[in-house]
Amino acid sequence: MEIGLAHYLTVAAILFTLGIFGIFLNRKNVIIILMSIELMLLAVNINLVAFSTHLGDLTGQIFAMLVLTVAAAEAAIGLAILVVYFRNRGSIAVEDINLMKG
Amino acid sequence: MIVATIAFYIFAGVAIAAGFMVIAARNPVHSVLFLILAFFNAAGLFVLMGAEFLAMILIIVYVGAVAVLFLFVVMMLDIDFAELREGFLQYMPIGALIGLIVLLELLLVAGTWTLAPEVASLAASPIPPMADVTNAEAIGQVMYTQYVYFFQAAGMVLLVAMIGAIVLTLRKKPDAQRQSIPDQVARTAETAVELKKVEPGQGL
Repeated sequence: MEIGLAHYLTVAAILFTLGIFGIFLNRKNVIIILMSIELMLLAVNINLVAFSTHLGDLTGQIFAMLVLTVAAAEAAIGLAILVVYFRNRGSIAVEDINLMKG
Repeated sequence: MIVATIAFYIFAGVAIAAGFMVIAARNPVHSVLFLILAFFNAAGLFVLMGAEFLAMILIIVYVGAVAVLFLFVVMMLDIDFAELREGFLQYMPIGALIGLIVLLELLLVAGTWTLAPEVASLAASPIPPMADVTNAEAIGQVMYTQYVYFFQAAGMVLLVAMIGAIVLTLRKKPDAQRQSIPDQVARTAETAVELKKVEPGQGL
């Protein structure tokens, strides 16, 4: 059986759903939530590359690279905020994050 | 072709299983390691699709930098992770419901869309044939010409993220010993040397 675009899109859809599921499942653990976001961005990248190679257009791969850059920056900033927060409060539970009373 | 099919199913299956273990593992360190496994298999999928440059970048950036950063933070913070897992089952139904809905919608979209017939002529930067140029060379040829501003913008994003992370986590310790060049340069013999007259037989 030939592996086509739909196969890759299905894998990406499942990975994206796992990312969303992970955010709900680990509501208290910010580190796992950040990892779930990475998982979702990975799924997006798989989609971009699948369309890029299927349609023969390099733009998708360039865009996937930009998404990769943003994901790395997001992880760095997110973990930095997490470390500062832990230093101040001694906990990373999401329920305690109410300093801004939003 | 059969080898490619088998490879696809192995990569896809392991990636999805690892992705599930990321959110289900008890120990966050195991979560990070499963995340690394998921990235490796996604890189395998990229190679199968013919985007080998992105596959290598994925391994270098994600496994080499992001996942190791996660590992550092997980091990650095002294947290009782068992406590954080309370309510795991409580959130399971709503999470499963929303996940199922999203998955169904995504699969509906993936199952029903069709490509426009003229799509092949619309490519902004067509992939040159593999035999002439490698994937990395083809990306380089468009990235530094057609998309150079996006490339610069990505660099700015990384720069701002780097400065932001440093500014956020840098802290001044009051008791830390620091070198002060102006103070050192401003010292003269008068301020640096103190002469004491010692009386014989008394000591200081």
